[in-house]
Order: sequence, then C-alpha cells, then structure tokens
Amino acid sequence: MSSLQFDIAHLFAGSLVLASFMMLYQDRLYALLNVYALHAGVLALSVAWQAYVQQAPHLYVTALIALVFKAIIIPVALHRIIKRLGIHREIENVIGVGLTMMAGIGLVALSMVVMLRVTPGADALAREDLAFALSVVLLGLLIMVTRRNAVSQVVGFMSLENGLVLAATGAKGMPLVVEISVAFSVLIAFIVIGIFLFRIRERFDSVDVQALDRFRGERR
Amino acid sequence: MTVDALAAILLIPAISAALLAILPGYKLTAKLNVVAALATFLTSLSLFVIEPTSGQYLLLDDLNKVFIVLTTFVGFTTSVFSASYIHHEIETGRLTPAFLRFYHAMYQMLMFAMNLALIANNIGLMWVAVEMATLTTVLMVGIYRTHEALEAAWKYFILGSVGIALALFGTILVYMAARPVVGEGMDGMVWTVLVKHAAQFDPALLNVAFVFLLLGYGTKVGLAPLHAWLPDAHAEGPTPISAVLSGLLLNVALYALLRFKMMLAVNSVAITPGPLMVTMGLISVIFAALMLYRRRDIKRMFAYSSIEHMGIIVFAFGMGGPLANFAGLLHMTMHSLTKSAIFFAVGHVAQVKGTQKIAEIGGLTATNPALGWGLMLGVIAIVGLPPLGIFMSEFLVVSSTFARAPWLTVFLVLGIIIALGGLFLRIGPVMFGEPKGKTAPAAASYVPMFTHLGLVLMAGIYLPPVLVTGFQNVAKLLG
Repeated sequence: MSSLQFDIAHLFAGSLVLASFMMLYQDRLYALLNVYALHAGVLALSVAWQAYVQQAPHLYVTALIALVFKAIIIPVALHRIIKRLGIHREIENVIGVGLTMMAGIGLVALSMVVMLRVTPGADALAREDLAFALSVVLLGLLIMVTRRNAVSQVVGFMSLENGLVLAATGAKGMPLVVEISVAFSVLIAFIVIGIFLFRIRERFDSVDVQALDRFRGERR
Repeated sequence: MTVDALAAILLIPAISAALLAILPGYKLTAKLNVVAALATFLTSLSLFVIEPTSGQYLLLDDLNKVFIVLTTFVGFTTSVFSASYIHHEIETGRLTPAFLRFYHAMYQMLMFAMNLALIANNIGLMWVAVEMATLTTVLMVGIYRTHEALEAAWKYFILGSVGIALALFGTILVYMAARPVVGEGMDGMVWTVLVKHAAQFDPALLNVAFVFLLLGYGTKVGLAPLHAWLPDAHAEGPTPISAVLSGLLLNVALYALLRFKMMLAVNSVAITPGPLMVTMGLISVIFAALMLYRRRDIKRMFAYSSIEHMGIIVFAFGMGGPLANFAGLLHMTMHSLTKSAIFFAVGHVAQVKGTQKIAEIGGLTATNPALGWGLMLGVIAIVGLPPLGIFMSEFLVVSSTFARAPWLTVFLVLGIIIALGGLFLRIGPVMFGEPKGKTAPAAASYVPMFTHLGLVLMAGIYLPPVLVTGFQNVAKLLG
C-alpha cells in the first residue's frame, strides 16, 4: 500500500474521532443530529476508501448504507420526530462540557495506549484503524452516559456503532461486515424510530429519560 | 440438499413465527405456539439418534447439544404455561389480540435466535443471533406499555445494545488475531478453524478481545456490575418472558462466553480467563444475595436470585477442571428448570392476586394450596436445600472449590447462605402469613411447573448414568 493511500485512510479515521468530539459539546438536539449526519458521512467516506484500497467491492454496500441510511434517512427522520414532539430545546448534560471533553481526551489516550501496544504484529493501517475505532466506541459510550435525553442517547449509540463499522472494515477481509452493518441498521431503525420514541411520547409527553426514571419499579 | 435436524431446529421456529404473525385468533395461535415448540424439542432430541454433519455455518458438538436440548425443552414447557397465562391477560384486558399475535411471533423468533446462537459455527453469526434475541426480548418486555414496562424496556435496550456492541468489538479483535494465521475471509470467523489454530494467535490481542467479550456477553449474562437491566426486564415483562429470560437467554450468553474461554484455553500464552470469571461470579453472588433483602416486588426478587445463580455458574466455569465444569453445567441445568418453574408459579400468583407486591400477597398455602406449595417447593429448591438438584450442584461447586482454593469457598458459601436467608425472609409471609388479596382459585396449568420441579427433585436423588457421562464429556471439552 502506498503511503498516500495510508494517509488518506488515516485522515478519514481521524476525522471520525474528531466528529465524535464535536458531538460531545453540542447542546442543542438539532445541532447534535447535524453532527451525527457528518459523522456518518465521514464513516461512509472512510469505508468507501477501505473498499477501494482493499479491493473489496462488497464494502461499497456498507459505505452506501452508511451514507443513505445513517447520514440522510435517520437524521431526517429524527429531525421530524423532534419537531413533531416539540422538544427542540437544549440538551441537559449530566456533567459540564469541560469535564466531558477532558474525559473524552482521556478515553482516546487510553484506547491508543491499549490498541497500539497489543497490535505490534498487525499491519499499520489496521492497527491505527482499530485504535481510532476504539476511541469512537468509547466516546459514543461517554455521550450515552452524559446525556439524559433519550434522543441524544440514541445518537450516542449510533456513533458508537459507527466506530464498530470502522473497526470491522479496517480488519482486512473480514467476512459478514455487510451483514453486520445491516443487522445494526435494523436494530436502530426498528427500535429507535418505530417503537420507543412513539411509545414514550404516548405515555409521558416527553422523551427525557429522567421522566422515565420517576417510575422506579419498586415504589410502594 | 436434504433438511437435517440442525436446519429443522431453525426452520420450525422461523416458519411458525411467520405463521403466527399472520393467523388471527389467540386460542388457535397459542396452541400452534405450543405445537411448534414441541416439534422443535422433539427435533432436538433426535440429535442424539442421528448425528447431522457440521458445516461452515452450523456446528454440533457435545457442548451445544446440552444447551440445545435444555433450551428447546424449557421453550416448550414455557409455551404451555404461556397459553394459560395469556388467557387470563386477555380476560383482564391487559393484552389485546393484536398484541398477542405479535407476542407469539416474537416468542418463536426468540426461540429461533437462541437456537441459532447455540448452533452457529461462526462467531459473527453467533453475534447476530444474540443481537436478534436481545431485540425480540426488548420488544416483549415493553409489551404491556405501562410506565414501568417502558422504562424497563428502554434500560434493557440501552444496556443490552452497549453490551452487544462491546461483544462485536471483541469479535472483530478475535478475527484480527486469527487473520495472520488462518488467512483472510470466512475461515477467520469459523469456530472450529479458530480453535484448531488458536495456539498460534497473538496472545496480547486475544487478551484484549476476551476482556471486551467478557464485558459484552457478561452484560447479557447479568453479571454484576453489568446487571442493571435484568431485574427491571424480569419484573415488568410478561411472566413467560421472565421465565425464558432467566431460564434460557442468560444461558445462551454464557454459552458464547464459554466458547471464547475454550479458545483462549488453547493458547498457552494468553491470560487464563478463569480468575476474571471467578471474580465477577463471586461479586455477582454476594451482591445479589445482599440485594434480596430489600425486595418488595416478587418477580424482581427472583430476578436477583437469577443474578446470584448465574454468578455461581460463572464462578464454577471460571474455576475450570472436570469436576467444577461438571458442577457448573449441572447447576446451570438445575437453575434453568427451577427458576422457570418458579416464574410459572409467580405468574399465576400475580394473576390471582392482581399484584406483584410482596406486601400485598399473603397466606398463599391457605388460599391456593397447589400454587402456594408449588412455589414453596421451588423456593426450597432454589435456595439449595437437600434433597433437590440445586443442593447437589451447589455442593459439587463448593466441594470442588474447597479442594483447590479453600478461602474462595468462604465467600461463595457466605453468599449462598445470605441469599437463603433473604429469600426465606421475604417468602415466609407470602406463604404462611395472614391471607391477603384476592382468594379466587387460579385457572392455572400446573403441569409445566410440577414437571420441572419433579425433574429437579429426581436429579437431586438420582442422576441417570447417561446424563452423568454426557456431562462429563462436556466438562472435559471445556477444559
């Protein structure tokens, strides 16, 4: 692989981590969704590049799913849901932006240390891809735990899932990548849009998870 | 291609799921659900007679044979219980026929997903199956659409998704470790190929992979501190689903974990997963045992008891060796049978009394003797009193540990005793206290419950030699 090819792959994977960071400090739902669309778009580019470099045409399918489904359909649908539910207000963070960013930096450092240390044998591209992918996964987890709003938790989960797709495409020749990305898309489409938001709306007139927390299973 | 028994185990639930989604009339579909589950169970029994060939996608060995038979058996008995359970739910209007159609289709989908996870010879396919099982149970947990059910389903969805996401990352890492040795493509994910070559895999990568897999599938097993979804999901979903969750789905996740443990065992340089599993198991046992004391909801209480028992099982498999593995396997079987029997009883109790709150249920043995004594027998079994099967398996776990790491038994026995105290403390008034709540006779089907309890009792007194040799083979396989 030429060094240019490597650099471009590196650029895309790095941009994905950057986009994850951008999600960390968004305080409006619409803005968060826009950044998520960007995140998915970068993923699509990255996957398409991997498909080209590895000469694996089936990965183009994964790239297409990322572009059409994750970067366009899901954000648009969530936009409409937010509008219909009238919840386009600020997102409540559990902890402040500064602390969240610091934690994010720590997580990225952690994933670099872990992944680069355990994969000296693997080829450079796969190594770095894995390290970036783990960063994106951990940042996705961070988004999920620092947000109270159901929609932003879902966005966090979807960004986490993007990290997994990055890892799966980085592992050269991995079978079932397309199937797995389809399975994930089904998971997201099924639950998130179809059922939960509508049911939560139906019952609570809110998609704030804190509203759910009132209903502990064990009150007398 | 002829359809062999392995394919049939998948096809029967898949086809019946489609059928049940279309057919109207809950009485018919409930019966059909039972028939489909029975057919799957009988097919799984045929695996002992005619050995189908394993391929690149499907695999059959001694280990998953045990799991498959247990899964299809409890799946069948639960479908019988479910038929009488939903009859009551329709009458009280908690579920509508449209929801029931969905419920039955999902039930068969769940059976399909669990069977697929058990016989998949491909770690990617196994992951997809576990994801599918999670998805179907999330939908079923939320089926009552009450506040609590929605909260439980949401929590389960979020935590379950994070769990399976971590498991996928671990799976990818395993592939990365395998690629330099077995080459690119499908071989890098085929279970039988992986085990054969695992000795040459990069140990550092395998270690990291196992940590992710343990956290990921461990969430689904319900190990503390990743258990938060489990009590809610058990308490708020329909009771047949609680029975299947406790009795089967936790086992399926454990099975995935055991598979990867076997792979690591082949590689002599990689970490031994044992100590990690022993630690998480012990934490789960003691934590869940302490949590039993403050339960107010009867289904939640037994959910915590499930965490405790999964802890014991993971502990036993973590200790490893033929005897501990045998004990773990036996305990897993006994726990599945007993816990689902308990949920069968609890489901009818909650229907008769119209509540799940322990404080509002009392004097069951006086008002509904069959139900009350059935539940009491189940509780006696689950806390591990002789002569029932769980006593024997717990005794085996403790005695095999005592020979190798005596100080660990202190914690284990402590946890078991604390749990015994907690369960008896809570269940006492429910059984023998002043009769409270409605005292209508239960329109229950006692057959599934007493079948399970009968099997557990029999196992406590006499284990058939066939079963013993079978389990011994599996225990050897697990290393």
